[in-house]
Amino acid sequence: MLKIKNLHASVEDKSILRGINLEVNPGEVHAIMGPNGSGKSTLASVIAGKEEYEVDQGEILFYDDSIDELSAEERAHKGIFMSFQYPVEIPGVTVTNFMKTAINETRKAQGLEEMPANVMLKLIREKSELLDIDRKFLSRSLNVGFSGGEKKRNEIFQMAMIEPKLAILDETDSGLDIDALKIVANGVNKLKSKENAVVVITHYQRLLDYIVPDFVHVILDGRIVKSGPKELAYKLEEQGYDWIKEEVNA
Amino acid sequence: MDLKEKLISSFLAFENQVDVDSFVHNIREEALKEFEDRGFPSKKEEDWKYTSLNKILKEDYSVFPKQENALEYSEVKKYFIHDIDSYKIVFIDGKYSSHLSETTHDGMDVCLMSAALSKPKYRIIIENYFNKIAKGNSISALNTAFSKEGAYIHIPKNKLVEKPIQIIHFSTGNEAALMLQPRNLIIVDENSHLQIIERHQSLTENPVLTNSVTEIFANKRAIVDYYKVQNDNEEASLIDNTFVKQKQESHVSVHTFSFGGKLVRNNLNFYQNGERIDSTLKGVTIIGNKQHVDHNTLVHHQEPNCESHQDYKGIFGDNATGVFNGKVVVDKEAQKTNAFQANNNLLLNDKATINTKPQLEIFADDVKCSHGCTIGQLDDNAMFYLRSRGIPEKEAKALLMYAFANNVLESVKISELKQRINKIIATKLGVNIGFDL
Repeated sequence: MLKIKNLHASVEDKSILRGINLEVNPGEVHAIMGPNGSGKSTLASVIAGKEEYEVDQGEILFYDDSIDELSAEERAHKGIFMSFQYPVEIPGVTVTNFMKTAINETRKAQGLEEMPANVMLKLIREKSELLDIDRKFLSRSLNVGFSGGEKKRNEIFQMAMIEPKLAILDETDSGLDIDALKIVANGVNKLKSKENAVVVITHYQRLLDYIVPDFVHVILDGRIVKSGPKELAYKLEEQGYDWIKEEVNA
Repeated sequence: MDLKEKLISSFLAFENQVDVDSFVHNIREEALKEFEDRGFPSKKEEDWKYTSLNKILKEDYSVFPKQENALEYSEVKKYFIHDIDSYKIVFIDGKYSSHLSETTHDGMDVCLMSAALSKPKYRIIIENYFNKIAKGNSISALNTAFSKEGAYIHIPKNKLVEKPIQIIHFSTGNEAALMLQPRNLIIVDENSHLQIIERHQSLTENPVLTNSVTEIFANKRAIVDYYKVQNDNEEASLIDNTFVKQKQESHVSVHTFSFGGKLVRNNLNFYQNGERIDSTLKGVTIIGNKQHVDHNTLVHHQEPNCESHQDYKGIFGDNATGVFNGKVVVDKEAQKTNAFQANNNLLLNDKATINTKPQLEIFADDVKCSHGCTIGQLDDNAMFYLRSRGIPEKEAKALLMYAFANNVLESVKISELKQRINKIIATKLGVNIGFDL
């Protein structure tokens, strides 16, 4: 599904990613871990198509097509979704209207008719229940005045509505208490299938107790320096990153 | 002959057309003299520093409408808010169109200024109200000199007027270039409620210059909501002079939606004359190309315990220019005044310009007055957020611009009008998305 080959990327001439290689197949869950500033969030933004990031070398393939030249919305139309670490507050646009516009614009791009209003409403109801979201919340301005937990739940609600093929969760666990974490993880797990894939970017192992990865990758200085099974996450939790740095330096 | 000379020399002929003995004769003559002395406003005047009329005054305008050019309702239906029941006062090239209008004398007067100025039964009202507040600039004096036709609305006390009144001016291109000077007088007596929608629409590419004056009197506890829809074509210019005088506990709001026209200047003046008055001035401006929209507002707080709320949003693309000049005066007697003013602007590129200038003159010591203006661009992070959810760039921009203007639209009380404005905004921004929330 997703193949990243020798990806180098920079922002404002500052090189951040320095040769990422990663392959994600349908049905898999990957975790990407690493200390602050290692390039985790940049990787997510580059895959999602943020314009400020310059791809200097290498390529990103999605179902064997290069997506380097595609805009963020074109990537979304192909089924790539990123849950934001810091969801943006947009006063004046309600959650419902935002979702309606996003889904219908995506359908338009895919050559489909607009979703009938009653089907949309039913879908909204269904998915908001899945994420334990209050109906009142849906008529509020997007992320405005939402608590950290509400913002993250709203991100996963959007994912549930959009049903992407590839979901990248950028530090979705930060700012969540344990109950919110469980709701979010439960939502993600219910959406998992053999056809889609999830990439979880996190500092901490605790989210991985709930969203269990098939592979764990460690990113350091813009490179994936180690990959392994889920047990790797426990070791990182216990021992930190120093031992990996030593391994790399050796 | 320039336009000023042309107007002055045609005054006699104009006076011959109308009743020379009437009470307004003296008023017209004095007004003409004022215009003769002062001429059209120039950029040398502080209030006109950022708006030059030179370009639009060059045209060789016909200054009198000669004949009514008939229009079928079906041709112009789209300019009406047609899905509501309403009174209509419609003018075509400055002449009243009885065919398109729906007026009334049933318990109130929704009719014509020409009737009010000439018929004896209106004389006392005219003497009490006509040209009492439309003062202070030469351009409204010019309108006064030629005041003859427009809307006359008088709502007696304790009346809730359920149907809004639409005042619409069409120009058809009958003349190569046309100057219109409509004159409206609106009086709402104690406890009465009234809603008005006003629109100026040119149906051709011929230049049109409209210099309009509207006087609104809101007596005790009256509620008046006035909506101005300015979405004209790019050869039409408008100078709108609106004067509002409020008595105690009255609420008056004026919403101005400026989406089109070559040059639009709104002179909006509120005079508070009683306690516990509420004045609301709101506007949304969305323009591009070389369009120019100037909002010049004044709120004069003269008595204690009153409020005023000003909220103007502007979005400027291409080479468009905007001006906001908002003045609030709080007299020494006007203690406990609460005056709020905000002007927020988005510039969509490097060539668009906004000049914004709040002015506060406060002589009372126990007041709450706030003002603020911002100039910004669309937020890149917000754009990426919307686009990452599949909303294309153009639609994402439109959504953010709509959101930016939304709190002004929220206070529109006629939902059909609000929907219409949403649609105009979508068309203006070239998108086909529903902004309805």
